[in-house]
Amino acid sequence: MSQALVIVAHGSHLNPDSSTPTFDHADTIRAAGAFDEVREAFWKEEPSFREVLRTVESEEVFVVPLFISEGYFTEQVIPRELRLDGWDVAEWDSDGTDASHVTLTAADVEKTVHYCGPVGTHDAMSDVIVQRAQSVTGDPDVGEGFGLAVVGHGTERNENSAKAIHYHAERIRESGRFAEVEALFMDEDPEVDDVAEFFESDDVVVVPLFVADGFHTQEDIPEDMGLTDDYRTGYDVPATVDGTDIWYAGAVGTEALMADVILERAADAGADVRDAISRVRAETGGAVGD
Amino acid sequence: MDASLFGRFRTATDYVRDWSTWRDLPETRRAFLRWVEGADDLDIEERYAALRGDGIRRRWGQLLLTVSLERGHRSYDLRHEDDADRSTDELTTHDDPLDARHLATEDDDGRYRPLKTAPTLRTGWVFPDLSGEEVVEAIDYFYPATVANWHREREGALDVTHWRETAERQTGIYDVVDELSGEQVEWLAQSCCVDSQCLKRRMWDEEEGAELDVPRGEGAFPCREPCSLVVAAARKWTTLEREEAREYTFTLTPSEKEQVEDLVDAVADGRVGEIREADVYEGANRYRARYLRAKRFDDEGNLSGVPTDDEEAD
Ligand code: SF4
Repeated sequence: MSQALVIVAHGSHLNPDSSTPTFDHADTIRAAGAFDEVREAFWKEEPSFREVLRTVESEEVFVVPLFISEGYFTEQVIPRELRLDGWDVAEWDSDGTDASHVTLTAADVEKTVHYCGPVGTHDAMSDVIVQRAQSVTGDPDVGEGFGLAVVGHGTERNENSAKAIHYHAERIRESGRFAEVEALFMDEDPEVDDVAEFFESDDVVVVPLFVADGFHTQEDIPEDMGLTDDYRTGYDVPATVDGTDIWYAGAVGTEALMADVILERAADAGADVRDAISRVRAETGGAVGD
Repeated sequence: MDASLFGRFRTATDYVRDWSTWRDLPETRRAFLRWVEGADDLDIEERYAALRGDGIRRRWGQLLLTVSLERGHRSYDLRHEDDADRSTDELTTHDDPLDARHLATEDDDGRYRPLKTAPTLRTGWVFPDLSGEEVVEAIDYFYPATVANWHREREGALDVTHWRETAERQTGIYDVVDELSGEQVEWLAQSCCVDSQCLKRRMWDEEEGAELDVPRGEGAFPCREPCSLVVAAARKWTTLEREEAREYTFTLTPSEKEQVEDLVDAVADGRVGEIREADVYEGANRYRARYLRAKRFDDEGNLSGVPTDDEEAD
C-alpha cells in the first residue's frame, strides 16, 4: 500500500521564513525516498490542514505535527481541521509529553490516517538540541566545560509547553554530556534574560526550542539576553555577557537533524522508514543518539 | 506507405498512445491532464495534430500550461501567463516541481504572498519540460489543492463549508468571528474574495440558502471554504465592529473630502505605488497627502484637531 507523509506546521501570514524549516525537512525526507509522497500543510498557509489530505493520493497517511509541545494545536486544532473521525485526546494517554500516535479515518477522504504526537516531545529531539549545540560551536564534542540552556516560551495557552522544555533539559542533564543544563523561559522564571546567572561555566550554549526562526528567536531572545541592543545590528557568536560566553543557536527547528525526528514519529506509528532513518541520520550529522 | 495509409496508421497509434497515457494515472490527475488538452472536446486527430504542432494551451489562475508531443511523449511547459510570448532563454528555467514553492513565495516586488491564489504571482520563470505527474505537482505548489477541488466540483462532489459553519468551528482567538452579521460577511467577501484579490471562485456563502451578493469570480477553480487569511481578517473586523459609531465634526474643503476618498480607494485598489511622484492631480499622491496632513492634522495626528477620545480597542 502506498504511504504518504504529511508534515503539519503553523506557518505565517506575515513572515515567509516561518515555513522554511518545514520545507527543508520535507525535502530531506523526500530525498531519502521513504514515502511515496511528502506534503507540507499549514494553519496559516496553503495547503490548509482542512484540504491537505485530498492533495495526496496514498491510502495511508502519516501526519506529523511540527510543533514543540502537546496542547491546543495538537489536541484541538489539527484533529478538528483534518476532520479526524472519533478523535479523542484520551487515546494519547499522555501527561504532556507522551503522545505517540493514533490511527483514525478522516471524514472527507477515504484514507487511513496515523496521527502522531508533536516532534517537540519525541526523545530524539534531545539529540537535535545537542546537535544544534555542536553546529553553533563547530565542535562535535562540545559539552565539557560548557553549560546548555534549553529555552521555551513559557506562559502559553497550556502548561505542556514548559513540560517539553524540562523534559529535554532533564534528559540531556542525565546524559552527563554538559557541565550544566538549565531550562529557561522568555515569559516566566527562570528567565532567559539573566542567563549568565544560572551557570557557573564560562561558556553557555543557548538553544531555543522553537520550530522556526522569527520574532521571538531573532529579536526578543537576543535582546533580552543582552547579546545586542538592537537585533538589526546582529550579534556575535559567541557574545560575552557578564563575563560568560553565550553561544546563541537560534531555533532548534532549523537544524537539519529535525528531519530524523519527523521520521521517528512516523516510524513509531508503523511507517516503514527504517532505511530512510539511517540515510537521514548519515546526511544530517545525526550520529548522536541511543 | 502511401499518405492515407500512413495517416490511418498514425491515428491508430495515437489511440493506443492515448489509452496508455491515461491508463495508470490516479483519477484526479487523469481528469486534469485530459482537461488540459481538451480530451473531452477535441476529436483525437485534431488533438494530436495540435499536440504535434504548437501544442495545446490552458490557463490555470495566472499559470499558462502548454502541452505538446515531443519524441512521442507529452511535455508540459509551465509559466506565468504574462510570459506567454517570451522565449525560454529570456526566463529562468526550472525542472524540479518543488521549485514552485519558492517561486510562489514572493511577488515581483519581493513582497511576501500569504495567499497563494492572489493574482500577484511573480513572472520571469519557466518549467519548459515537465511530465504530466510533475506538472500537477508544480501546480499543487503554486495553487495548493486547486486541482483536487476542481475535480470534486466536476464530479458534483465539492464539499462546500459556508461561513457560519466555519465561524462556529473556530476556537481560541478566532472564537469571536461568529459575531459578524450577514452584512458584515458581505463586506468581508468583498474585501478579500473578489477576482482582483483572489483567483479562486468563491463557492461558500453566509450559509446554505443565504447567498452573498458579492460576485463569486470567474476562476477555473473553486474556493470551498473561507481561508485562514479571511478568518484572521474577520477576527480583526469583529473586534472593530464592536465599537459604536459616533459623530465627529471635521472641517474640510470639498476637494479635501474627495481627497480622503481618493486615498482610501488608492490603498484599497493597491494603486498607491503607481501614482507618479509629481502627479499632484491624484488625491493619493504623496505630496498631496503631505500637504493635507500639514494643513489639517494637529501635533497629535488628529484630523482637524478633533481627538478620537477612546483608545482603539483591540
Ligand atoms: S476565502 Fe476568499 S480569499 Fe480566501 S481563498 Fe477563498 S476566495 Fe480566496
